[in-house]
Amino acid sequence: MDQHSAFEPDAAEEDDLVRLVTRDGARTDTHPEYAARVAHLDTDALRDMYKDMSLVRRFDVEATSLQRQGELGLYPQSLGQEGVQIGAAHALATQDYVFPSYREHGIAHVRGVRMSNLLRQFRGIDHGGWDVQEHNFHLYTLVIGSHALHATGYAMGVQRDGLVGTGDSTRDTAVVACFGDGATSQGDINEALVFAAVNNAPVVFLCQNNQWAISEPTARQTRVPLYQRGLGFGIPSVRVDGNDALASHAVMSEALERARSGGGPTFVEAYTYRMGAHTTSDDPTRYRSRAQEDYWRERDPIDRVRLLLEREGGWDDAFAAAVTAAGDELGETLRADVRAMEAPAPESMFDHAYASENAVVTAEREWHAQYEASFEEAAR
Amino acid sequence: MSTTRMTLGKAVNEALRASLETDPQVMLMGEDIGALGGVFRVTDGLQKDFGETRVVDSPLAESGIVGTAIGLAMRGYRPVCEIQFDGFVFPAYDQITTQLAKIHNRSAGRITMPVVIRIPFGGGIGAIEHHSESPEALFAHTAGLRVVSPSTPQDAYTMMREAIASPDPVLFFEPKARYWDKGEVDLSLTDAAMLDSARVARSGTDATLVTYGPATHVTLKAAEAAAAEGRNLEVVDLRTVSPLDVRTVVESVRRTGRCVVVHEASSYFGAGAEVAAQVSEQCFYHLEAPVLRVAGFHTPYPVAKIEHDHLPSVDRILDAVERTLAF
Repeated sequence: MDQHSAFEPDAAEEDDLVRLVTRDGARTDTHPEYAARVAHLDTDALRDMYKDMSLVRRFDVEATSLQRQGELGLYPQSLGQEGVQIGAAHALATQDYVFPSYREHGIAHVRGVRMSNLLRQFRGIDHGGWDVQEHNFHLYTLVIGSHALHATGYAMGVQRDGLVGTGDSTRDTAVVACFGDGATSQGDINEALVFAAVNNAPVVFLCQNNQWAISEPTARQTRVPLYQRGLGFGIPSVRVDGNDALASHAVMSEALERARSGGGPTFVEAYTYRMGAHTTSDDPTRYRSRAQEDYWRERDPIDRVRLLLEREGGWDDAFAAAVTAAGDELGETLRADVRAMEAPAPESMFDHAYASENAVVTAEREWHAQYEASFEEAAR
Repeated sequence: MSTTRMTLGKAVNEALRASLETDPQVMLMGEDIGALGGVFRVTDGLQKDFGETRVVDSPLAESGIVGTAIGLAMRGYRPVCEIQFDGFVFPAYDQITTQLAKIHNRSAGRITMPVVIRIPFGGGIGAIEHHSESPEALFAHTAGLRVVSPSTPQDAYTMMREAIASPDPVLFFEPKARYWDKGEVDLSLTDAAMLDSARVARSGTDATLVTYGPATHVTLKAAEAAAAEGRNLEVVDLRTVSPLDVRTVVESVRRTGRCVVVHEASSYFGAGAEVAAQVSEQCFYHLEAPVLRVAGFHTPYPVAKIEHDHLPSVDRILDAVERTLAF
């Protein structure tokens, strides 16, 4: 039997979600405690979130085009996950620190990372691309789950620095570890949950369950809803509709507040969908159905905020035009930036192998320089 | 200079204590390192004196220990992790090789990783499986890591102080069979060069024996035995496997014309292979014989009752010396 044609959305999976806005843009009254957490978000704030989500989607389109034009080697879209990412990022305090995996373009954008710098890695000119301390946003980590331990250790450092539970909202610090459904199978994620729990570390585990780990559905990773993983470690855990930016904002603000105030870690499962391919090298038509994609397209996180704004009088043509114009500007900047990115000098490979003088690297750097110089001499 | 006589294990303990005292960012992490003082008692008394947030009994998870140490280092701390035994480092192998070794490079030099990973290693103590291994070459093959191993109490003390001060991650292999060897230690001796340099442990003229860590002891014994037969052997204690102090080795071999490498790890793709390659490249016209190796075999570390047939012994070293001299 073709498992794809049998796709039916699992209503039970949706029952225990925190959702504040329906896919039609209507506010729900099912989670008043979370609704209270976003009550302060006025039209301007909602418009800001809408604009950020739209820009990140535009970034996806532009970056994918650049990859197709041969300007990038690879690109992983965040398409479909803008709701949770922008909602979560807008809940961060300046001093909070985020450890992304490699699809957190939305959070990067809100943290102030120049979007083109996210592409340095995918252009093959950098393994990183930005100053982590400037943005309190760590470099992308490609080994699945490794950085959840770094986040936990960083949070243990925050504790030792005395920056938890002081009551000073400009100092108390939370750390966020972003990872996906596939990563929850990794030992490092589970070890991070152990270390965070026993240390009561101020870290929020933000699991974006986008339903697919490349070609493997979440059923290949778990037989319980993923948020229940956290419970077994004694960590407060919640599942949120990741395509609802407001709910994501509310749930993350609660988790971040718990971390900053000394309440310890939280596990957040953001239930969302990877609307695009895993990367530009992937082909989802080999493993998932059109019906499933259609189901999720009806739950598009950006449409939902637009519908909410429309219902609440926050939408007008001028705003829509401004967002489109900002997207056009982003696209132009991005194309110009990326095309101007030159390959580093070959000898730069020796620059940061070690922080201290290293005899092996020094000898090889010298050999390489002489080898290169030999061609210049031969050409004379 | 005043010195105190102490064991190698105590010298490491004193180095950890001194580092904890002088730098508030230094912290120790590991399994059973607190109240117990570690299974070899190397951290004895440190939690009592420095508290549970600086000397941390970690969950029993090596990847977690190293992974959280990386995060702490990003936040400005200088974690010293204890891996309880050599054979238990592998759950942390991913964190060490894909993260710890590479984050400085990944960040284009913006982030440093001043993390020390202490690993009691080597055999000869009659242990069960996974408690006698020598995995240093696996780490020496990874750029971004320093890999060192002391053989005397003084070196253990000074090299540990310098390893903790290093901005780069250091795999610190402690020769567990020699933890109880005693020697004079000057607790004021710091010497950053020690992390980069071999020492000539015994001067000689007839052949150069190159070794490090736990094999240094048996190599020196072999040199003494050879002296009784009129052979004057030089012994170079590498102290650092990565980076190798090639210059000290080359200077010695150019004088003696002969080189035998001794270590407990398997000879196959071991540190001795790199030494042999460097020597053949840089001492070609000085060599009187091929470089020989006396090392473990390419087998899983054997059961305790036969481990001494696996480890380099005085007899096996002397056999190699005879072969190189007869060439």
